[in-house]
Amino acid sequence: MKREKFKFLSKDRVPSENSRFVSGKGNFVADIDRPNMLHVAILPCHEPAAIIKKIDFSKALELKGVVDIVTGDELLNAIKPLLNGLDTPHVKRYPLAIKRVRYAGEWVCAVVANSRAVAEDALEKISLELIKQEFVLDAEEALSDKSPNVHPDHGSNILLEKKFIWGEVEKDFDKSDHILNYTVKWGRNSTVPIETFGVVAEWNNIESILDVWASIQMPKFSDHIATVLGLKGNDVRVHFDVDVGGSYGVKRGIKHTILASYISRKLNRPIKFIEDRLENMRAGDAHGPERKFNVSLAFDNNGKINSMKMRALDNAGAYAGRAPFQLGKPIGAIVGPYKISSVEYEAISVTTNKAVQEAVRGFGQAPTNYALETGVDKVASYLKVDKLDLRKLNFIKASEFPYTIPSGSEYDSGDYLTVLEKVFKETNYKDLINKRDKLRKKGIMAGVGIASCLEPSGGNSSFEPLLNEKNKTTTWMESCQINVDALGDIIVKIHTTSSGQGHETLVSTIVGEILEVSPEKIRVSRPNSLESLPGNSPVGSRMAIMLGGAAARAADKIKSKIMEIAKFKFGVSKDNLIYKNASVISNDGNVLTWQQIIDLCHRQINELPSGMDPGLASFDIMQVPTGGKLPKNNKVHMYPCYSFEFHLVLITFDPVICKPNILSYTVGHDCGTVINPSIVTGMTYGGVAHGIGAALFEEFVYDENGQLMTQSFLDYLMPSSNEIPEIKIVKHCTPSPHTYFGQKGSGESGYLGAPAAISSAINDALNPLKLEVSSLPIRMHFVSDLIASHENNGKFKK
Amino acid sequence: MKIEININNNIEIHEVEPRVTLLDFIRDNVGLKGTHAGCEHGVCGACTVLMNGEAVRSCLVLAVQSMGDKIITIEGVNSEDSESGLLNIIQDAFCEKHGLQCGYCTSGMILTAEALLKVNTSPTREEVREAISGNICRCTGYVQIVDSIMLAADRLSKRNTSPDKS
Repeated sequence: MKREKFKFLSKDRVPSENSRFVSGKGNFVADIDRPNMLHVAILPCHEPAAIIKKIDFSKALELKGVVDIVTGDELLNAIKPLLNGLDTPHVKRYPLAIKRVRYAGEWVCAVVANSRAVAEDALEKISLELIKQEFVLDAEEALSDKSPNVHPDHGSNILLEKKFIWGEVEKDFDKSDHILNYTVKWGRNSTVPIETFGVVAEWNNIESILDVWASIQMPKFSDHIATVLGLKGNDVRVHFDVDVGGSYGVKRGIKHTILASYISRKLNRPIKFIEDRLENMRAGDAHGPERKFNVSLAFDNNGKINSMKMRALDNAGAYAGRAPFQLGKPIGAIVGPYKISSVEYEAISVTTNKAVQEAVRGFGQAPTNYALETGVDKVASYLKVDKLDLRKLNFIKASEFPYTIPSGSEYDSGDYLTVLEKVFKETNYKDLINKRDKLRKKGIMAGVGIASCLEPSGGNSSFEPLLNEKNKTTTWMESCQINVDALGDIIVKIHTTSSGQGHETLVSTIVGEILEVSPEKIRVSRPNSLESLPGNSPVGSRMAIMLGGAAARAADKIKSKIMEIAKFKFGVSKDNLIYKNASVISNDGNVLTWQQIIDLCHRQINELPSGMDPGLASFDIMQVPTGGKLPKNNKVHMYPCYSFEFHLVLITFDPVICKPNILSYTVGHDCGTVINPSIVTGMTYGGVAHGIGAALFEEFVYDENGQLMTQSFLDYLMPSSNEIPEIKIVKHCTPSPHTYFGQKGSGESGYLGAPAAISSAINDALNPLKLEVSSLPIRMHFVSDLIASHENNGKFKK
Repeated sequence: MKIEININNNIEIHEVEPRVTLLDFIRDNVGLKGTHAGCEHGVCGACTVLMNGEAVRSCLVLAVQSMGDKIITIEGVNSEDSESGLLNIIQDAFCEKHGLQCGYCTSGMILTAEALLKVNTSPTREEVREAISGNICRCTGYVQIVDSIMLAADRLSKRNTSPDKS
């Protein structure tokens, strides 16, 4: 169903969640206290690799208030390893290290006490006896036979190694005029939410039920808990009414939850475990991709890019987590917005002695996009043509959609050139270049950066069967329930937690739109997992499409029932009835009001069509549009929708101190029909800020001894309001043909393109000196050294 | 030890260990959960409260140090200039301009904005950025937060000059 005019959709309406957050009335996990509750603190091991010979916690147990101390050995016999989705049976991850420590900071034992403070006191009284082992930190080194194996039983450090060839790669390389090879690196950063991960677990041994409150953003969370603990699915009750204080992918505290749940079952008491910042930074399983790309592009004299070979080597850290799959999602948009006819893609994921990676905003798309966009800039520079003209030449044109890329995904819709035109109306490209040149004449380093980028959205799991043939999952649904009560008031139920995406606003707006009821009057409720229908949580930029879609379809079912009742009541065909303002009007002037409908449904079954059930309720379980097939010939169609963004940036810095100043930042954004403009705009601003952080500041840095050097907010630098400029967003709408209102995803926007754009700008600024930087984050002190070295003809080096 | 602290115009008397931070005192002893722990080492600003009108990080202050001070948390910001239970002008502006997403840093942002607008009633966007630069937000990229504070400043200044002020 497509509509030209909306009552509530796409209108500037205040998100309904806002009032509770500005009043300090959010319901965050740390706010939840249970009677008789105990607290947990974690003892980390500071060696990057060691065999645990002995853990002596006898003195800690003597401390008043300490109730229990749990080690990995105890867990080994009590629970199953965490699931990782790969076919790697000998890479086992448990909440606590078992016999062997694989990265500095890894959790060795958990102290359970009456208060967190006492638990922390007890940590100091535990002694570890260790046998140090050799370790490996670098991904390339980890591939070598000479390197120690992080998991000796696994036999190598390779978690995943897959090579795909889509199309006539060698032929296209042969026929192309030029080939350009380059290497870029994406540094290990993450989303680092201001709220750390936290969980409260409470086992009830009378009813055999485990209640879980967690700041979680994870598909199939309760299934995972039940499987690892050996419980039935219906023994686990996850509470979805917990507000999550930021996630952007990483809040997957499965090991924390398993640990707290295990202890709660053991002691039969509620357990609260809220990570402190150190636990979170060094061992919260919350780092993002760390990736090296070796790329070859084959192109013609006129700038047409024909083919690409990409090798992506990802440093997953000590355990598998979701990291290897983050090499898989980018396959769904491997050529970005460009018509590249063939691709060779080699994805390698290795274990090293670093902390564990989890899903991060874009699920691998931002690094891949940085690699691709950097290449496009390099081709332009090589051919001495403008990098914007080169992009325009290679773009998929609006008339060419739907467009199938070599790896099998079909892009739904887009109009990239129009988005660019709109951006240039806001910030003229030529003017920006002129401004740059004027600044350069004054001795200021100045660069214009551009990046275009796609945001695959809709979130299915097609990359899982593509990377692991034993995984046959094709289904990735989301669901929604609606009930209209006996007073005529509407309750919409969503079956997941949210971490700032405004899902309550999303569903109330959509249900209000369809039933023509003010969204303010709709109550959104979050039942717990036992009362919920199946869903897959807000991942893969899917909720506008999937939760929005399920809400719309459930509302349509309510409306259909109302129309059936009206048809029966007035004895006319449906064609003679219209639904307007929550009433039904027949062409001969009869009106069935909302109150009458409610009375008929709730009180007068004798007036309903024969066989119709009473009440006015519906539910919908919706499959991701378009997907649903297993891979064939190493190809698969992934996400249904492809949002587009285009970034245009002007950065300056002085050649000595090199403090970056973003003078102008404009983003063109097309995510189809927008449900709530201020939410989408906010996520785009936030994504750009996050991307600026990844490009210039943020990195989990390990020293040569395997120690994490950036484990506080004093070292892991996140952009403040002083580093983020005023950002201009230019909107365009190319509706998706696959979704209810034409909406696409927008949760990852900004972050996917900003790192490439910032890098493009800094390299443009360095271009007159024939210098370049090819890894993120770009440390400006390194740029300063680079310039100094150049100015001294390379006489001194850093 | 037994301490007394004025929190939101209530005298809170509790038995605490000397090492308890003001943040933990507010959350665990008083039971006001709107003040949030972010980094607990004084960088992120999520735990910001007003101490005698100034924005301070409650994770860096011990509860015992706060005896005799007047502390206002997010739960107490609306007591002075609006009906009980309603939002004050700054809170309302954050709603309207969507100056938040997940809501975790929001309490600290609003209290920092309170402290700013008490001393500078018509800040520029740059002054707002400077004032909130000690409060990290990972969701918004700050633009809509600056918009919110600018809107609040505008409304506060109009309210103060209104002849109809009741």
